Amino acid sequence: MTTRYTKDHEYIRLDGDTGTVGITDYAQQQLGDVVFVELPSVGKSVSKGDEAAVVESVKAASEIYAPVSGEVVEVNGDLEATPGTVNEDPSGRGWFMKLKVKDQGELDGLMTEEQYQDFVKSL
Amino acid sequence: MLNRQGRPTAAGEAGTNAHPTFTGNKALAQVEPLIFEVGRYDVTGVDLDEPEDFKPRLGGLERKEAIGLPGLSEPETMRHYVRLSQMNYGIDTGLFPLGSCTMKHNARLNERVARLPGFSDVHPLQPVSTVQGALELMSELGRYLVTLTNMTTVALSPKAGAHGELCGMMAIKAAIEAKGEGATRNVVLVPDSAHGTNPATAALIGFKVRPVPAREDGWVHVEDVKKLLGPDVAAIMLTNPNTCGLFENQVAEIAKAIHDAGAYFYCDGANFNAIVGKARPGDLGVDAMHINLHKTFSTPHGGGGPGSGPVVLSARLAPFAPVPFVTVDKDGFRLVEQEEDADEKPFGRMTAFHGQMGMYVRALSYMLSHGSDGMRQASEDAVLNANYIRAGLSDLMTLPFGDKPCMHEVLFDDAWLKDTGVTTLDVAKAMIDEGYHPMTMYFPLVVHGAMLIEPTESESKTSLDLFIATLRDLAMAAKNGDTARFTGAPYHAPRRRLDETRAARNPVLKWTPPAPLAEAAE
Repeated sequence: MTTRYTKDHEYIRLDGDTGTVGITDYAQQQLGDVVFVELPSVGKSVSKGDEAAVVESVKAASEIYAPVSGEVVEVNGDLEATPGTVNEDPSGRGWFMKLKVKDQGELDGLMTEEQYQDFVKSL
Repeated sequence: MLNRQGRPTAAGEAGTNAHPTFTGNKALAQVEPLIFEVGRYDVTGVDLDEPEDFKPRLGGLERKEAIGLPGLSEPETMRHYVRLSQMNYGIDTGLFPLGSCTMKHNARLNERVARLPGFSDVHPLQPVSTVQGALELMSELGRYLVTLTNMTTVALSPKAGAHGELCGMMAIKAAIEAKGEGATRNVVLVPDSAHGTNPATAALIGFKVRPVPAREDGWVHVEDVKKLLGPDVAAIMLTNPNTCGLFENQVAEIAKAIHDAGAYFYCDGANFNAIVGKARPGDLGVDAMHINLHKTFSTPHGGGGPGSGPVVLSARLAPFAPVPFVTVDKDGFRLVEQEEDADEKPFGRMTAFHGQMGMYVRALSYMLSHGSDGMRQASEDAVLNANYIRAGLSDLMTLPFGDKPCMHEVLFDDAWLKDTGVTTLDVAKAMIDEGYHPMTMYFPLVVHGAMLIEPTESESKTSLDLFIATLRDLAMAAKNGDTARFTGAPYHAPRRRLDETRAARNPVLKWTPPAPLAEAAE
């Protein structure tokens, strides 16, 4: 499984042709306590960079952009009742949605784990 | 995705009072319960005779059980609300440095004039022949606003800044549609540092928002705007002076680029108070701008009176100004109420009636009592005061865009707090203990841990010196490791640090009576 990162602090973890999308640990730290998550409907097609979900913390509402183009095949409905999971386990149970990736080539434009860590250090 | 700010939300360590009181009151600062907890259901403050032979005519829909309102005597009621009012903090209590909100003194003269019966006791539906003075005042206020901004006309009716934005953008949309470009021009450029209402306004009327990225110097650059321009761009929404407290120094070039591309220039006029009498938006190429009367022209904010956001329009947009508006002919002043009665092409109507009469009176009273020289001096003093604070704090606190002059507000970031264990939020809470309303914090979003301070022209040098000395003392304490003074703050407020996360995740929006009270209510 490969994981790639965006400059907007989303990750996508690829398993076959399906990618699990969430926000990074750095993102959840910066956001503070998450109090609300709005997820897309299953079956929705998104293009790379489209607004796919909304995350609201105590201090601000932010958009989650689709890291690559694809179709939403599953969403993490548990987040609606327990948004704090995003803070507790962002890369595990705090995932947002699963995308059926349209063009795996789009992943090449994203950052690797190492590149992302360097990017965060530069902020 | 991420707003580059790190606002902590934990409740912090609870401090302890060395000498807690039996009542919980702190000397004259009273603890005040909810009115439902002050009163009781089984008592009443008034004696009313039971009605004789009472026959309800509600067809069986009448309430069968007690309504459950608390009963209080007149002195209990009076004390409850007076105590609550004493917990309030306003510009009449002290310095209110809330950046971007312009909490300036509301002169009592304005209040007195607004209460004259000819202005306060009129009804929007009474015959216009009986309200000629009120209409003349609206016309006069409009003339002053148009003169101060060097624009063509004004729509007085919008009821607040964001409503004014909506009005201006609807005029732009109407102008685009009149040119037959409604289907193709659907993008609005909005800088990253804009007020949140700007992209919201554009989106509300169906435009797509394209952000102009922030630069490290805090200014919007004309080349960044040019890169985003195209035949699909309807307008730019630019705040000037901007939310970083800086005058957009390329505003004229940006306006030219926008116009050359066939688009319109909406200016967010929330910060017009910094440039009244110094620069005219019409000279800068602005096509539409709202003016917050409750900021720039000292009418009260919030509970003290409604907002009012008139919009000035350039010659290109003037034909689309909404109804109603005041005109004058040989029979006197009258309101043009119907779109078909207008000579031009109003885009419609924003409000049921003409707008906030009381605010018009206060704003014109401010203008007339200050005069053109006084209004110019108010702008100059507001800018001077903000720069005095900047100069008084820049060795201890950090300026995100370097040590350059600001306009009416000064923006600090939280770099000076690095490794102290103290955050912007903690500093704000410690300011409450010192008796100050905190500054605007974590806004604008483009600056990490932002602290936006706007003293306004209302403050004297003595007042500013004490404020600066207080912030210097806090900054030294933070740097010297007195973390508890911050993380446990506020220590002296009626309520300590609130748990914002719990409040947002489990909001309790309705008071539920404890069991014995609930029984009494039945």
